[in-house]
Amino acid sequence: MRRLKFGMAAAALLVAGSTLAACGDAGEEDGGGVDVSAEDDCDGKFDDGTRMAELAEDGSINVGVKYDQPGLGFKDAGSDIPTGFDVEIAKLLVADLCIDPEDTDAVNYEETISDNREPYLESGRVDIVLASYSITDERRQIVGQTGPYMVTGQQVLVPADSDVESIADLKGEEVCSAAGSTSLENVNKEGAVGVPAETYGQCAEDVVNGTVPAMSTDGSILLGLAAQYDGELKVVGEEFSEERIGVGYSKDLPEMCEWINGVLEESFENGDWEDAFNATLGGDDVEVPEPPTLDECQA
Amino acid sequence: MDVVWENREAILIGFTHTILLFVIAGIGSLLLGTLLAAMRVGPIGVLRVAAVIYVSLVRNTPLLMILLLFRFGLPKVDIKFSFVDVVIPTTAGDIRLNNIFTACVLGLTVYTAAFVAEAIRSGINAVPLGQAEAARAIGLPFGGVMREVILPQAFRATVPPLASVQIALIKNTTVAGAVGVVEAFNVMRSMTNNYAGSRIEIFIAFAIIFVFLVEIYSFAAHRLERRWRIA
Repeated sequence: MRRLKFGMAAAALLVAGSTLAACGDAGEEDGGGVDVSAEDDCDGKFDDGTRMAELAEDGSINVGVKYDQPGLGFKDAGSDIPTGFDVEIAKLLVADLCIDPEDTDAVNYEETISDNREPYLESGRVDIVLASYSITDERRQIVGQTGPYMVTGQQVLVPADSDVESIADLKGEEVCSAAGSTSLENVNKEGAVGVPAETYGQCAEDVVNGTVPAMSTDGSILLGLAAQYDGELKVVGEEFSEERIGVGYSKDLPEMCEWINGVLEESFENGDWEDAFNATLGGDDVEVPEPPTLDECQA
Repeated sequence: MDVVWENREAILIGFTHTILLFVIAGIGSLLLGTLLAAMRVGPIGVLRVAAVIYVSLVRNTPLLMILLLFRFGLPKVDIKFSFVDVVIPTTAGDIRLNNIFTACVLGLTVYTAAFVAEAIRSGINAVPLGQAEAARAIGLPFGGVMREVILPQAFRATVPPLASVQIALIKNTTVAGAVGVVEAFNVMRSMTNNYAGSRIEIFIAFAIIFVFLVEIYSFAAHRLERRWRIA
């Protein structure tokens, strides 16, 4: 019996290990989103000497996205281009530079994790970052951020049989979230005790096996995880924080701000933004939100 | 360095968890490791084989795997550590010894015990065989031979390698930070994320504190070594 238990534990470990590595497949969409085609003529579109003109001239760009967040930026082993809402918005920006966003020779979708987004922008390793990048004052001191192109809020994910109805029921209790994320800070601010984990998959595993009573992060991510665990977990409560997801660029290149805002504004108006949302985060019973209001560019 | 000073309370709590992980797992691994070493050199064949299997299995498994087993594997088969739930409130924040902490302490103990066992075995082997034979000759049972004659001498010879093993444990506690204990490494990661502009200062500050902790421990081990030196 003991040996059997150990064998089961080892198998469970393998399962946990693979969820950590793959972070689940939930939220994956068929077809890889919307078709975005590059603009044809960029001669004279941008002022000489701007970074946009240089990029359009070169015909290549480095874009920082996430690889491990289903629905926002997720790359599975088989595909060349990541999928998700962040990536769809990135494609709109790339296309505006007359670069084909589906051409991986021209566009390098570099993986950025929460820890390396600023260093990558500062060193010029990526030109723009769209990696569920919340706009904060601290970050704005070192890099440029504009947008937001999405405003989300944090909710709570609990086991299906839990009595917890919102974050208020979890004061003094442990709540899991990703290490170093703003979600974790918000959990602490609400009076719960943040438990850091490497990935959201790890958090979900802890909630399922009862190690922690709940986890919390952006509602869209939680819905993906709940779907993955098929009835074992449920998303509860009102959104209790506001994350403003924006585009990061280098502080040395302030001209990019107006360009990014221009492209975003256009996509809000012509429906590209809505299409991108429907293709990634949307679903049958998910309402498309109003496009957010963009921040002014600081001169 | 302002950032480090402003967050001194979080850092303090982080290092308190680090030290608690180290102290509890350190004592636990010393006990378990000594037991394993005794089994390994003892006269009972089954125990000898068991100790050999334990050491080769655990020593050849990466620490992260062992911690993942305790954190995620065992709860899957309903072996949970929820019975441990101690919260010590301090002015700097709560020190939480909960199920996650317990799982990590157990993982670190199990892992380090294999190394402790081997360090002690090397010490036992350093005691001349004649000592054990003489002890047997005056009628001591195996337990008595170990307790009265062999282990006191073996521990003296073991202090330097044991100190190395325990120093490794101090640094290995950071792995627990990756599976949910709010220890020093974990605090450092949230700080580097929140204050992306002062990363270098934060890294240096944490490195200095770790060096400092290890130096204190080395100093104590060194004094013990000198004190126990056979006259």
